[in-house]
Amino acid sequence: MNKQPVSKTLHYTVLILLSLITLLPVLWVVLSSFKPQSELFQVPLTFIPQDWTLENYVSSLAAGNFPVYFSNTVFVAVVSTALTVLINLMAGYALAKYIFTGRDIIFTVMIATLMIPLQVIMIPIFLQLKSLGMLNSLWGIIIPPAATPTGVFLARQYLVTLPNSLIEAARIDGAREHTIFFRLILPMSKPIVATIAIFSFMWRWNDYLWPLIVITDNRKQTIQQALANFVGQLQINWSDLLAMTTIAIIPVIIVFLAFQRFFFSGIAAGSVKG
Amino acid sequence: MDIGSSTKEEPDPSDRQGCLPFRIPMKRHTKGNFHQTAAPLLFLLPNILIFGTFIIIPAIQGLRMSFTEWGVFTTPVFIGFDNFIELAGDEVFWKTFSNTIVYSFFTVALIMVYALALALLLYKNTIKGEKLFRSLFYIPSLLSMITVGIAWRFILGDEMGIINYLLRAAGGNGVRWLTDSKLAMVSIILVSIWAQAGYYMVVLIAGLQAIPIELYEAAKIDGASAPKTFTSITLPLLRSTLLVVLVLATIASFKAYELISVMTKGGPGYATKFIVQQVYQVAFLEDRMGYASAMSIVLMLIISLFTVLQFKLSGREASHE
Repeated sequence: MNKQPVSKTLHYTVLILLSLITLLPVLWVVLSSFKPQSELFQVPLTFIPQDWTLENYVSSLAAGNFPVYFSNTVFVAVVSTALTVLINLMAGYALAKYIFTGRDIIFTVMIATLMIPLQVIMIPIFLQLKSLGMLNSLWGIIIPPAATPTGVFLARQYLVTLPNSLIEAARIDGAREHTIFFRLILPMSKPIVATIAIFSFMWRWNDYLWPLIVITDNRKQTIQQALANFVGQLQINWSDLLAMTTIAIIPVIIVFLAFQRFFFSGIAAGSVKG
Repeated sequence: MDIGSSTKEEPDPSDRQGCLPFRIPMKRHTKGNFHQTAAPLLFLLPNILIFGTFIIIPAIQGLRMSFTEWGVFTTPVFIGFDNFIELAGDEVFWKTFSNTIVYSFFTVALIMVYALALALLLYKNTIKGEKLFRSLFYIPSLLSMITVGIAWRFILGDEMGIINYLLRAAGGNGVRWLTDSKLAMVSIILVSIWAQAGYYMVVLIAGLQAIPIELYEAAKIDGASAPKTFTSITLPLLRSTLLVVLVLATIASFKAYELISVMTKGGPGYATKFIVQQVYQVAFLEDRMGYASAMSIVLMLIISLFTVLQFKLSGREASHE
């Protein structure tokens, strides 16, 4: 349709303009984090730092608990992701490949919990965590959100398509049910494991509300929580804040660049089809 | 979620070879059956425990709490509908309620227009660099709302923000993006769109690519104009995807919390305070958990309405396939 060079040029112009609006804010934050404090608000403003410096990174990493927040977040994101993948794949397998009473009800109830977002039940959840002694524990952030309706749904939809004959053949060979799951199903589920893992990691890395409910102890906080607290101070040290923000952004960008195709297919599977 | 299609992918009965008696020796068959009954329940156990402990019980508990006066250190007292009656006359709550509605309406409407525009520019696989552009537009969706809020607060600062700097450099005046009570809401809405449009663009591209290309070719042969093709082929066939986007974006906007807490803290005054923040404040800072639970119930009703709508729509979509 767009054979004429004029419309093609227009097409590109619009795209480039819009991508500037999309990217410049991120770029501005990242570049500013490499400016010395004196240059940050100097008039005239510089877009590219005149004196590139790492001093903001050094000072935000050296002072305060930022390394602790970072390692807390890595721990939460990695362990949560492993747990989420494992239990949702298990649940999806049970729902996809076994026939038992109550199966459809269990599936429907699990999916229906989508209707109860955390924002709505944060008060009773807080009390529940309190009575279980999970407040101020990283496990309090890791375990409760590990079972996800979307994860169960995606796993089930994928596993339903695997041929039953493989499972039957393994049973005939005398394999136990858990062996079949770990030795046969798990290796065959790589694409869906990758999709669930990536989305779980991103969500946990970026999550703010769960840590906000569970953690009050300063040394147990995650990066997002620390950033929110930092920005809540009366006098914001923007140089340090921008460096910390950049550090918080880097892992998600890396994951995205490494696993791009899973993102787009995962979104399509989770929203259009699912 | 597409529960509607769950039945059509049932395993083919003929494939269930375990049922055929000649294949398995009797002894192992009995053993296998026991394992096959216990196994699915064990596989489901962690999820059932977590859903039960951290969603279903709290949901019931929350409903119960909404009929009580309940602080962290006090004994709950049953007070019937008093919380809801008080809520009906609570001006701050209704202010946060209307803020949430206004925010949702404009954010969702503009996200849909913008994301659709991006999707239309990028779905055809005909121009060079299309994949790169898709990835670029998706980048803001990768960032946490906390980091998005920090970035834009840095950009929109009254005195030192770059936008006001540029406005002043061009001879204009600075604008109070986040500290003017009317503009603050506009800024929050625009930033929300910036942050989320890329995600919905991906959803819409998938929807656009699912439209059979033959339809467009037929329209071309019939000499249909581009706008005519858009309104009579693209929009009707994209309808279900647009509805999914509508519902997802609406639910997301009702849950909005992080952006506001970083950018404006709900201010100035109550200008950008939303329901979720009011619930958090009343529950955890004012220690009125029963009253805050009543607010949650109202929020829950609104969100459920839209989720049910999504179930219905995607179910209908599946039966059309």
